[in-house]
Order: sequence, then C-alpha cells, then structure tokens
Amino acid sequence: MNRRKIAALGLLCVFGAALLPLQSMLQREAQTAHFQKTTLSINLRERIGQAGFLAALSGFRSPLAALLWIQAHTAWENTEWGRMAGLFETVTTLQPRSLPYWDMAAWHMAWNASIAALQNEKQASEALRIRSQRAYIQLGRDFLERGILNNPDRPQLHLQLGVLLRDKVEDHCAAAEEFLKASKYPDAPAYAARFAGYEMAKCPGREREAYDYLRKLYEEGEKQRLPSLINLLRQMENKLDIPASDRVLSDVPNSEH
Amino acid sequence: MKSAGATLAIARNTFTELVRQKVFFFLLIFALLIIGNSAFMAKFSFQEQFQMLKDISLGAMSVFTSLIAILATANFLPKDMEDRTIYTLLAKPVPRYRYLLGKLLGIILLLACATLLMSALFLATLWLRESTVLAETRAQMAGGSADDLALAVKEITDATFNINLLPGIAIIFIKSALLASLTLFISSFATSSIFTILMAAALYFIGHLQSTAREYWLSGVDVEWWSRLLAAAVALLFPDLQAFNLTDDIIAGTAVPLTLFLNTAGLGMLYVAVYFALAALVFSGREL
Repeated sequence: MNRRKIAALGLLCVFGAALLPLQSMLQREAQTAHFQKTTLSINLRERIGQAGFLAALSGFRSPLAALLWIQAHTAWENTEWGRMAGLFETVTTLQPRSLPYWDMAAWHMAWNASIAALQNEKQASEALRIRSQRAYIQLGRDFLERGILNNPDRPQLHLQLGVLLRDKVEDHCAAAEEFLKASKYPDAPAYAARFAGYEMAKCPGREREAYDYLRKLYEEGEKQRLPSLINLLRQMENKLDIPASDRVLSDVPNSEH
Repeated sequence: MKSAGATLAIARNTFTELVRQKVFFFLLIFALLIIGNSAFMAKFSFQEQFQMLKDISLGAMSVFTSLIAILATANFLPKDMEDRTIYTLLAKPVPRYRYLLGKLLGIILLLACATLLMSALFLATLWLRESTVLAETRAQMAGGSADDLALAVKEITDATFNINLLPGIAIIFIKSALLASLTLFISSFATSSIFTILMAAALYFIGHLQSTAREYWLSGVDVEWWSRLLAAAVALLFPDLQAFNLTDDIIAGTAVPLTLFLNTAGLGMLYVAVYFALAALVFSGREL
C-alpha cells in the first residue's frame, strides 16, 4: 500500500468521525418527522426470507410491501384468510406509515374474513363460528389500533376504528371516542364531528352531553345542518324533555318523511 | 478557465459515450414496468393502485439509478486504459484530477437525465391513472351532491400526486451521485472493473447498515471489544446510505420538512465531494 492510499484511508476515518454527530442529528431529525421508524427485526426476517430482508435493508421496503400486498390480494381471491392475515402483518411492518395498508388489512379481517368465518359451512358448531368471527373482528381492530400508534399525526385510522366499533363491535361509547379524537385533527373531515355526536347519543348515560354537543355543531352553521343531525336533535329534544323555549329546532321543518 | 473548459469537454464526451452505449434502453424496461403495473392494478381500489404504482416506480427509479451509477463509473477507467484514450488525454496539460472530475460530471449528467426521464414517465402515468379514476368517479356520482363529489375528488387527488414526491426523487438522484463518486474512489485503486463493481455492490449493502453499526457503537453497550471495533470501523469508513431512504415514507404520505431535505441533500453533496477528493488523491499517484 503506497503512502497516498494510507493517507486516503486516514482521511476517510477522519471524515467519518467528523460526520458522526451530523449523521446522528440527521437521524433524530428524520425520526421526529416520522421517517425511518421501521424496525426490521429477526421476526420479520423469518417471515420475508433472506432475500426479502436484504431488499428491505437496502432501501426497497416499499416495493417489497407492494409485492407482498399483491400476494395478499391473491390470497383473498382464494379466501385464504390465515395467509392473508400473515401477509398483512408483514406489509404493515414494512410500511407502518402507509394508511391504505392498515385500513385495507383491518377491513379485510373485520368485514370479509369475519363474515366468511360466520358462514363457514365446514364448521358445524355455531358457537365456534361466532368465536372465529369475533377473533377476526378483533384482528381488524388490532390492525387499526397499531396503525394509529404508528400514525399519531393523522385522523383517518381513528375514523376507520370508529366505524369498526360502531358497525362490528356495536360499542357506541368507544366509537364516539374515536370519532371525537379524529374530529380534533386540523385536516379531519367535517363528518367526523357529526359521527362523534351520533354515537355519543347512543351511549348510555351520555345523552345530555350528546345533545349539547350536537346543538353546538348545529350552531356552527349550514355545513353541519344535515337532515340526520336535525332529526337526531329533534328526537333528543323530545327524549330529554327540553323546554320549548330552549329548543333550537322549533322553527326548523321536520325532514323525516 | 482553459482547464475548466477541458473538464467540461471530458464531461460532455463521457455523457455522449454513455448515450452511445445505449444506456437509455433501460428506460424501455422502466416504462414497461410501470405501464404494465398500472394496467395490472386495475382490479385494486384506487388507494391501493396509486400506492403500488408509487412503490414500484420509485423503487425501480432507485434501482436503475444506482445500477447506472455503479456500472458506468466502474467501467470508464479500465475502458479508457484499454482504449489508451487516457494516455492521449493525460499527455495534454490536463491534470489527473480534472480528468476524473470531467468523467464524474459526465456520469452525474447522465444520472440527472435518467432521473428526469423516469420522473416524467412516472408522473405522466400517475396523472393518466388519476384522470381515469376521476372521470369514473364523476360519472358514478353524477346527480349526487356537490359536497360529496368534492370530498371524493379530494380523496383521489390526495392519494395520487403529493408535492413531497419531488424532494424524494431529488434524494434518489443525490444518492446515485454519491454512489458514482464512491465507485470512482474504489476504481481509483482497483485493478479491474469486476473488482470495482463487486466492491461497490458490497459497500451499497454495508452502507445501508452503517446507521445500525453507528448506533451500536455509540450506545456503548457492554459487548466484546472486537465487536465494538468492527461496528466502529463500519461507522467510520462507510457512508450512511439509510439517511437517503426517504421515499419509503414519502410514498406513505409523510411530509418532508425543508430542513430535513436540505440537510440530507447537503450530506449527500459532502459525500460526493469527499469521495471525489480521495479518488483524486489516490489516482494522482497511480502508475498508469
């Protein structure tokens, strides 16, 4: 090795050492902005194989996730629910910031797989079919909850969890909480706040709170004054026996026909 | 001024030579990949379609630019020596570092053109798919409320083009320039192009693990001394390529703060400059 090569090696080390604080600072900055948070563990290595793991390590996480998603779609066409769940697990591990993957994985599990389990003709016991249906709904819920943990800055998965709790679990109190959380994000759609109110109205013991909340929404203006909101407010005014002078809707025509 | 002119002439010549070697034929494969992908994806929901189109296109962009950077750079020095072009050039008043700089600039120019062409193709496909989905949605929702239609249109446009894709593509280009400069450094002491390509490919993979090795070393965990020494060597000698993998998260909708983009781009340019300087240092003493 001549002198120039030794000098180059020395300079490379000096340059590397000088860069260390900058690299660490950049990594922290990236993680604060929700970049490079994916943890590639041994567990993932076992699921995607050596070649897949190497691809994931080399900066090809997203194309690998897309290819596995296509495999999951094929599994869906063949109604291989267990395989689908495994592939969804891997895809969401590879791309934890991708909302469509969490959302679709939860939907496939809580809606498609759960219905398929309930209608499974190979299972004679109804109790076991129901148990299996609940397990898939829980799996869907689990996907959304983990998706929320990975995407605390976005409202979409709170909304989807609210829908799942409302339609599949029928836990209106929990659904109200999720819609309420979604509605607090600056980029939340206007219906998130309305849905929170609708679910709160169905939550035992929170009727008065729901009425006040819906009334506040009504007072926000035309954008929130949808027929379903007006009808619910009217029903609640009757149910809660609100005095005529305090009612907000005395002058609004009934939209129920 | 005269020597800057010589550098630019070498750069232009390198670029022309690479174009004549039909390097741009890879674009055909890229086009087939994204158009084929786009047609195949029709059975998926629009969110899935756009997500996968972006995943595969940006992934392919990263693969192609990295391959061009390594292969084109590894090849030029042995080829110039075999053709004896290098002797004609260096016999003129052109310093060796100018020769290397011209070659590197030519390759970076090629990488810039390749990135631009692939980006144009990708964005055009994305726009076409978006237009198709929007037209279908408008037809399906005709007669519905304007608010519902506006909401649906917003959901579609949000899922397609995202301004953050542009800094993501810029970082892919900077990473490829870094790889070209790193390969140039290896090639400055290598004896064959095969050796250079193998070394560069190995460094590519090790570079993606540099951040893990750095954390391991700096965290000071109580492990064997040789294990820490190995981690320190990786952290000091190899570039942190993981820092340039922003597209995975950009595709998923994560916004890139300006400071993060500028710092990452700055780090990339610093690597390019330092690897070039080291290549020039080693090459200046090389027996030709």
